[in-house]
Amino acid sequence: MVSLTINNKKVSVPEDLTILEAASRNGIKVPTLCHHPQLTPFGGCRLCVVSVKGMPKPVASCTTTVSEGMEVTTSTPEIEDLRKLVLELILSDHPNDCMTCEATGSCALQELAYAYGVRGEAYPGERRVYAKRDGNPFIERDMEKCILCGRCVKVCDEVQGVEALDFTYRGFRSKICPSYEDDLDCEFCGQCVSVCPTGALTGKQWARRGRYEGVREVDTTCPYCGTGCTLTTHVKGNEIVRVSSKPWTPNEGWLCVKGRFGYKYVSSPDRLTKPLIRRASGEFEETSWTAALEYTAAWFKKIREKHSADAIGGLSSARCTNEENYLFQKFMRAGVGTNNVDHCARL
Amino acid sequence: MTNSIREIEGMEVIFIIGSNTKETHPVIANRMIKAYRKGAKIIVADPRTVPMVKFAEVFLKLRPGTDIALLNSMAHVIVKEGLQNDAFIREKTEGFEAWKNSLEEFTPAKAEQITGVPKADIIKAAKMYGGSRKAGIFYTMGITQHTCGTDNVRTIANLATLTGNIGREFTGVNPLRGQNNVQGASDAACLPNVYPGYQKVDLPEVRRKFEQAWGVPLPPKRGLYATEMMNAAVDGSLKALYIMGENPILTDPNQHHTIKALENLEFLVVQDIFMTETARHAHVVLPAACSFEKEGTFSNTERRVQRVRRAVSPPGEARDDLSIIMELSTAMGYPMDYRSPEQVLEEFGRLWPALAGITYDRIKSRGIAWPCPTKDHPGTEFLYKDGFAKKVPFVPIAYNPPDEVVCENYPFVLTTGRNLFQYHSGSMSRRVGAIEEHAGEAYVELNPADGGKLGIANGEMVKVSSRRGDVEIKARFTRRVSEGTVFIPMHYREAAANVLTNDALDPDVMIPEFKVCAVEIVPLEKKAAKEVTASAK
Repeated sequence: MVSLTINNKKVSVPEDLTILEAASRNGIKVPTLCHHPQLTPFGGCRLCVVSVKGMPKPVASCTTTVSEGMEVTTSTPEIEDLRKLVLELILSDHPNDCMTCEATGSCALQELAYAYGVRGEAYPGERRVYAKRDGNPFIERDMEKCILCGRCVKVCDEVQGVEALDFTYRGFRSKICPSYEDDLDCEFCGQCVSVCPTGALTGKQWARRGRYEGVREVDTTCPYCGTGCTLTTHVKGNEIVRVSSKPWTPNEGWLCVKGRFGYKYVSSPDRLTKPLIRRASGEFEETSWTAALEYTAAWFKKIREKHSADAIGGLSSARCTNEENYLFQKFMRAGVGTNNVDHCARL
Repeated sequence: MTNSIREIEGMEVIFIIGSNTKETHPVIANRMIKAYRKGAKIIVADPRTVPMVKFAEVFLKLRPGTDIALLNSMAHVIVKEGLQNDAFIREKTEGFEAWKNSLEEFTPAKAEQITGVPKADIIKAAKMYGGSRKAGIFYTMGITQHTCGTDNVRTIANLATLTGNIGREFTGVNPLRGQNNVQGASDAACLPNVYPGYQKVDLPEVRRKFEQAWGVPLPPKRGLYATEMMNAAVDGSLKALYIMGENPILTDPNQHHTIKALENLEFLVVQDIFMTETARHAHVVLPAACSFEKEGTFSNTERRVQRVRRAVSPPGEARDDLSIIMELSTAMGYPMDYRSPEQVLEEFGRLWPALAGITYDRIKSRGIAWPCPTKDHPGTEFLYKDGFAKKVPFVPIAYNPPDEVVCENYPFVLTTGRNLFQYHSGSMSRRVGAIEEHAGEAYVELNPADGGKLGIANGEMVKVSSRRGDVEIKARFTRRVSEGTVFIPMHYREAAANVLTNDALDPDVMIPEFKVCAVEIVPLEKKAAKEVTASAK
């Protein structure tokens, strides 16, 4: 443990922490853009600069580790001017089209611009124009909105182990892309989308379905594999418009392509909406619930009387809930009178 | 899983066998990669160069169905090197000497002959796993879906027992569950031989307990397994089937047999969210709500009971399965009237102490892993902390080849599984436009050398036939598969892998051998040409 002061507050933290982590653990907020707590530090955006007594220049708090007796100040007029300058420069090369941007309301850049009152008018000049769009069906990449924070590059490498993205070119032409500037052809987990601080990376199927107004969040468990990731569904009206996950969930906020983008079947026009009975002609005919269930019960009873309860079987589902599975087997055993009940654990 | 997903981070060695973790459990693979970044060593054993191989220190590319030879040989090396956990063996196990003698024949040289894995790699993997006391084994259907599935699992258990890699934090045996609630469906006893909580139906005192709880006499004998039900439908002894949320026509082996079974039934009722291939054969189809439209719980692969919440309402007149079952049961003369799903979970918990402490209120922000016997119990991250009910037996396991082996007429080994983008029979994932656009086409993975021998180019159509049927499918050249082995994902109804698969069963648990069968491959165009010549004659 080392002792230091941050904004004249005495704190004691493990020696391998950065100044940013030490501040954060003690409830002191330092603005950041490129930093992400689940990724290794980058030190690219310079927004987290702080003043350390004895050091000639402000230092990036996300890449500087604490040391004994350090005296840190996270906000001075000079530092705030530096932060404002950084934001002005970023916004000078940004489309500033928050009106139609999917990220509005959840954009770190927008929030900081708001907090610092920066409109991006201080340094007019050339802007990056990237007309080409990525042809993949999952992830929209609008590189004009990219602030080159590198979070997507890091998450794809460090967390996903895929390395589908990297920095290319230099200086003003710097750009994040897949190899040879091809379209993305990766696992489409969307981890990059989840850590992007702006609207540069978004889900294609989110587009114009809903941002914050009228959107509710409902947490549930993913319906695909057995990992059991916690999903946050974003619901507008009676439609799921987006799926995300929070970093404090058992899955640490990471999802796969099916969990993040595989929800559209819910609103598929193919969904069954009415009970159906097969008529003598062989065709299905819509019917009422009462008629369908009485017909089913009558058939089960007839077969039980004519043969035995063991002439009836039930296959339940690993897709259904614990409660439904419990009740299904109870129905087969106590209601029908057979142990002929199984599910697809082996299939 | 005997461990939790979190514990993966603390493991020194991660041994993945018969699991394509990166594609079928991608977020568990994230945790393995996190462990790898912290210095964990990864061993992968699989017939295909699956994506996790990128992170593996050792990759054992074994022939399909030869797992027992590989694992027994690893145990052989561990014993020869003296890496076994003597204290654990002495205190907690029995039958070690006899088992040890059974390993004698499984030299790395012999295992190399059977598995095709170089003996040096077998030795390296054995030393790595045996040399660690924080090692976890991870497997899925690549281990279980064989006629020797139970023996495969026993061999894994032997390996963990030999090294004492079980019953502590960061070490254990971890079957990864393939479906959202396959753990819960098993716990809830949608199984023919047990009541909820794995309590055996053929024990009179257990049956009396459930007869008392449910207020009716219960049948004393075990029922039929799913695979047996299909056979009983074919032979006419099973007359009616109630299927809730399953699509056996695509997910059972030997599709022609399954269709014959369903068509032979007097009455079939299917409750589902879509008109599946199976529902098309039904007499009654009941429209159900999907998981985003109802309240309840799922139990994940680490036994964590987690909430399922209603985000949207079901379409049209579709109803949640709970209310359908209740009404049907009442119509059958066995009334059910639960006010909420939570009442059902409470009843389940009264009959199985492992769930007794779990309430919706306790799991509102984070699930709890069972066993959780009381309302103040925190749940159980890893199993067997307090030891085992009895001594753990070492079971000698002999190696036997799969039910079907290659021959002149069927010279390729077919193995099946999932890919990253689609899920199971595809009834959900294939209705997601983006997924279908990206991964909507069936394919057979074929080694380029085999493709060359067949005289086809990458992307050409081929006909794959087994003794049970044939499919027309696009060839995808890839070195993921070795020469002589091919792979077809199970998701695509238009070229269903399960038309081809073998319905031979493991004698203990009736699991079919989806992972190995023998097939023939011919170029589609040449086949057509041959047929033309034949008909001209």
